[in-house]
Amino acid sequence: MNIIRTEKLDFEYDAESGRGLVLKELDLEIEEGSFVAILGHNGSGKSTLAKHMNAILLPTGGKVFVSGMDTSDEERLLEIRRTVGMVFQNPDNQIVANVVEDDVAFGPENIGIPTAEIRTRVDEALKAVGMYEYRNHAPHLLSGGQKQRVAIAGIIAMRPRCIVLDEPTAMLDPSGRREVLDTVHRLNRENGITVVLITHHMDECIDADRLIVMADGAIIADGSPREVFPQVELLRDTGMDVPATVGLAWELRKAGYDMPLDALSAEECAEALYRVFG
Amino acid sequence: MLKDITLGQYFPGDTLVHRLDPRTKLVMTILYIVVLFLAKGPISYLAVFLFLAISIGVSRIRLKTILSGLKPILILILITAILNLLYNRGETVLLRFWRITITLEGVFTALTMALRIVMLIAGTLLLTYTTSPLQLTDGLEQLLNPLKKIHVPVHELSMMMSIALRFIPTLIEETDKIMNAQKARGAEFDTGNLIQKAKAMLPLLVPLFISAFRRADELATAMESRCYHGGEGRTKLKVLTMERRDWITLIVGLLMLALVIALRRLGL
Ligand SMILES: Nc1ncnc2c1ncn2[C@@H]1O[C@H](COP(=O)(O)OP(=O)(O)OP(=O)(O)O)[C@@H](O)[C@H]1O
Ligand SMILES: [Mg+2]
Repeated sequence: MNIIRTEKLDFEYDAESGRGLVLKELDLEIEEGSFVAILGHNGSGKSTLAKHMNAILLPTGGKVFVSGMDTSDEERLLEIRRTVGMVFQNPDNQIVANVVEDDVAFGPENIGIPTAEIRTRVDEALKAVGMYEYRNHAPHLLSGGQKQRVAIAGIIAMRPRCIVLDEPTAMLDPSGRREVLDTVHRLNRENGITVVLITHHMDECIDADRLIVMADGAIIADGSPREVFPQVELLRDTGMDVPATVGLAWELRKAGYDMPLDALSAEECAEALYRVFG
Repeated sequence: MLKDITLGQYFPGDTLVHRLDPRTKLVMTILYIVVLFLAKGPISYLAVFLFLAISIGVSRIRLKTILSGLKPILILILITAILNLLYNRGETVLLRFWRITITLEGVFTALTMALRIVMLIAGTLLLTYTTSPLQLTDGLEQLLNPLKKIHVPVHELSMMMSIALRFIPTLIEETDKIMNAQKARGAEFDTGNLIQKAKAMLPLLVPLFISAFRRADELATAMESRCYHGGEGRTKLKVLTMERRDWITLIVGLLMLALVIALRRLGL
């Protein structure tokens, strides 16, 4: 089953400016329950695409479907937005209330969930991201990683089937990044929530089921990380890098060694090195 | 340094005053202000003062906290008192020098005016000290709800207020950061006269405004993607409920109003 599908999606912000299409005839299907990572250089259209996934932006050409619903159907706007939740880069700019649990309740309040059920949902969501003990804290006193987990809880409390995260770790330190990624992976594994993770960090893509690479508003590579990352030249031509492991293997291959390019994790890479040189 | 600003500060607690419904507290504060302005003679003032003192006592807010909250308006109080002292046309002259005449009535009005302002501020401080900003905006929204009928955007106003309160610490933090960044490049904020200081602040405002607008834009997107669509059909995690203690408090408030009106009649 597809949770998100785009059909020849075209988009431009401002038709008069003549800057051209930001997204060009983009066809994409995202399988329900999968973990999809999206990579791409700055300005390649990742955020623009993400905003189409819950009708923040509407296509100028083509169509976007969320669980079969056309996103341009205004009648179903709320249903679309509660099916696909969005987490943004800056946690400070998406937290609405000045108490953690009130913020998590914001989404359910908007869709008219009865009071007693909001309570259970809020508690559940906060437990799912490991922030239950902080429910009465002021968000501005939390660390970046904690704030971002509160933002994720705010989305989960709406019980979405899919979460789209637009560079959720860009403003976090390494431990904050780890917290957020672990949370997202757990939600995908244990609750079966589809995850679309937009990122600049190669290493965050390694564990994804599927990796999509965008350049200039189009998809230029799509497949499992093991299939995509070995395409080193393609990636580097569009101004992106590859994980350090792949980069190393690439250099070694150029020097004539028989290193596999799909040893992505540090452990796999170490093993491959051991085999080649051992 | 900016972190010390105590705007709309709230001191969490679990006293009767804290637990009252915010609507009760808002109505009581309004009643209190009305009563304060109706009070005429010393006995009325004493009654209102006792009421305030008991409320502060019950709330366990320390006197020191209230007094430090009064500090910013000290000048206002002094000016009001001095003006009243100088311009009062009383009969009983106490002192006369140069062109200034000070009368007994003048001293009396000056003192009551000062007392009135102090009690006014102390009462409202008690409200904000014992009620969280969110409760306050919630209560205000509920109280003003009837105005929706004449198309006052009550929900939107209260949402704006609570978001403003939510972003005050964030913006203060940001101002601090920008100040430090500019200090590191040689800007001076603490020296010079008032005009020089104001000028030094100017380069602060531009980045602050730009970032505030960017924040507002991102926040709007985030709220929309969390299904926000105005107040229609919205439910609440925390529903306000009027308990017995709220009704009793309100009755006490009304009794006080009656008492002060009666005392006023009697000229006390
Ligand atoms: N609100 C806007 N109005 C006009 N043009 C925009 C707007 N937002 C983005 N663009 C343009 O659209 C293009 C794609 O931007 P987008 O933000 O989708 O890229 P991105 O892949 O998310 O980049 P980044 O990695 O920097 O986040 C860019 O050329 C950008 O300048
Ligand atoms: Mg982006």
